[in-house]
Amino acid sequence: MGHYCGIDIGASSAKLVIVDESRRTVAKAVRRSGVDYADTAQRCLDEALAAGGLSRDDVDGSLSTGYGRDNVPWAQGRMTEIACHGKGAHFHFGRAMTVIDIGAQDSKVIHLDARGRRTGFKMNRKCAAGTGAFLEEIAYRLDLPLSELNGLAERSTKEVPLGSFCTVFAATEILEKIRSGERVDDIVKGAFRSVVKRIFEMDTVDGCLVLTGGVVAHNPFLAKLLGEAFATEALVPPDPQHVGAFGAALFALESNAKGESAC
Amino acid sequence: MSSGPERKEFAATKKMKGVMGKYFMEFVEGPKQGRKTAWCTSVGPAELLRALGFHVFFPENHGAMLGATRAATDLIPLANARGFSPDICSYLTADVGSYLKNETPLQKMGMDGVPKADVLVFNTNQCRDVKDWFQWYAREWNVPCVGVHTPRAIGELSESIIDDVACQIENLVEPLEEVAGQKLDVDRLREVIALSKQCTDLWSAVLATSANVPSPVTFFDACIQMGPAVVLRGHPDAVDYYETLLAELEDRVAGGVGAVEGERFRVYWEGMPIWGKLKGLSTQFLELKTCVVASTYCNSWVFADLDPADPFRSMARAYSSIFICRSDDWKEKYIETMVDKFKVDGILYHDAKTCPNNSNSRYGMPQRLEKKLGKPFLVVNGDLNDLRLYSEEQTRTNVEAFAEQLAER
Repeated sequence: MGHYCGIDIGASSAKLVIVDESRRTVAKAVRRSGVDYADTAQRCLDEALAAGGLSRDDVDGSLSTGYGRDNVPWAQGRMTEIACHGKGAHFHFGRAMTVIDIGAQDSKVIHLDARGRRTGFKMNRKCAAGTGAFLEEIAYRLDLPLSELNGLAERSTKEVPLGSFCTVFAATEILEKIRSGERVDDIVKGAFRSVVKRIFEMDTVDGCLVLTGGVVAHNPFLAKLLGEAFATEALVPPDPQHVGAFGAALFALESNAKGESAC
Repeated sequence: MSSGPERKEFAATKKMKGVMGKYFMEFVEGPKQGRKTAWCTSVGPAELLRALGFHVFFPENHGAMLGATRAATDLIPLANARGFSPDICSYLTADVGSYLKNETPLQKMGMDGVPKADVLVFNTNQCRDVKDWFQWYAREWNVPCVGVHTPRAIGELSESIIDDVACQIENLVEPLEEVAGQKLDVDRLREVIALSKQCTDLWSAVLATSANVPSPVTFFDACIQMGPAVVLRGHPDAVDYYETLLAELEDRVAGGVGAVEGERFRVYWEGMPIWGKLKGLSTQFLELKTCVVASTYCNSWVFADLDPADPFRSMARAYSSIFICRSDDWKEKYIETMVDKFKVDGILYHDAKTCPNNSNSRYGMPQRLEKKLGKPFLVVNGDLNDLRLYSEEQTRTNVEAFAEQLAER
């Protein structure tokens, strides 16, 4: 049985997925992207092959995506993360949708028709607001591990709004909230709400709303808030952090089936 | 950006370099022979100035040179520190910074710096920034600054607007004669306008060749080739140059030679060029086998209304009918015509942070036109000159994703 590999080297994390011919995920890996993307890609591949009991020869096609997509020597094709997140999300829900991928350093809104063809897309501007980098900055300011943010936001009972567009100014606002005695969990919820506002003003949602990316994977409460903002249920596919890599693997599979280069 | 397919150079470019070099050297030689220098905004009344014997300098052209050589980003902060906001025109801030530092690509052409103006003449048909820009130099050099205030967001170009603008241009004659030290010879003005019209017709014909499939020329080529149309309209050298270039393009068309090998998609560029990234973007589009076939920007130096028989009113009509000073309704109809004429698959809007007047993605136009024309769009956030406002990676991904989207259609 053939196997196909997709790797998504993002600004923060590299994600790799191996699927079989029936599009079932048989192995995956994730690690920090680091500074040597080629090395990271190789380590991800080795890890996933070992986990799946596979060898390099078992992989019949591969495709890279994400910021580091040009730096994967063994990838046979490459596509943007916009294409791959759309592909992966559409596989899971199979209808017209708007995919919102919140990554470490950018956010994307991707519109797909019922057949999964892209009808439009938008990336955030050159600004970290509305991305994972914003939450990282907030965690740093509050001296909290990133992994605790979701639990804190869920426990909040009060809205502490942050008004600024800018990550740096929002951090300054947080200092003022601390001084005025606001609770940390309420401040964190305010930070989540700020991310939601930045996403909300990027674009409209057509069809169902699907959320992907590492930020949603680690912060399910953010998905709930996004659904509230768009007044619709926010659907989250299994393993949202790996959806881009999964989509890349699907493209590799389909390219192989067509007998063409994946690129 | 990876090394990819090479741009196909034009044989005519060598001649253009000679033409432009001669034009710039005149700023050194002219004053030695008593010739006066006028600064003019790029869509200002250049014909009038030329007819009065001025050698005409276009600082927006200089601004573009600062952008293209990537000097601008280091020069802009000098102007910022003197009260010019980083949010205003980065041609202005780069040019003022260049003057303050006395650092300009013109020095490589044998000039000491930007040529000192005897008079500065603006037209606000583009924006208010050009007037602020010229007034700064007027104070610096203690020379007169005069100009035309053109209405903006013009829908129908009414006779009352033409009357007003023509009257304003005529009112410039007296103060300009005073600086020039000579009276205006209307017959000479008619000659200059006739040359300007010839230039504009040829430039328009050059741009029209990209309606062919494959297109023999890209937007990125046109940004380089437009130099004489901007700075030498009304001069025979520009006419001569565009006759040469047009012949070369017609040869390409006859031979089926495309500027982009294996042209798959055709894109319209709306908005300013990103001067410091012209080469990188050109290469990326070549790699994607996507030709940016036409643009609002390069067509902004097509002045079909110029008429030597009616010099002032035709100048008023020509300079008030340009895209940038029209209403959104008018602009949308214009883009619709261009999309049809150039067989465009998708539209790229450059939202230039410091140029709101030439960024047309801010009031819902892309969404309206997509709905009407069924052509997808992409908005690229960047700037004409200030590369601090440009994200290489985001733009690369956006452009690549746009080509993917066109391929899915």
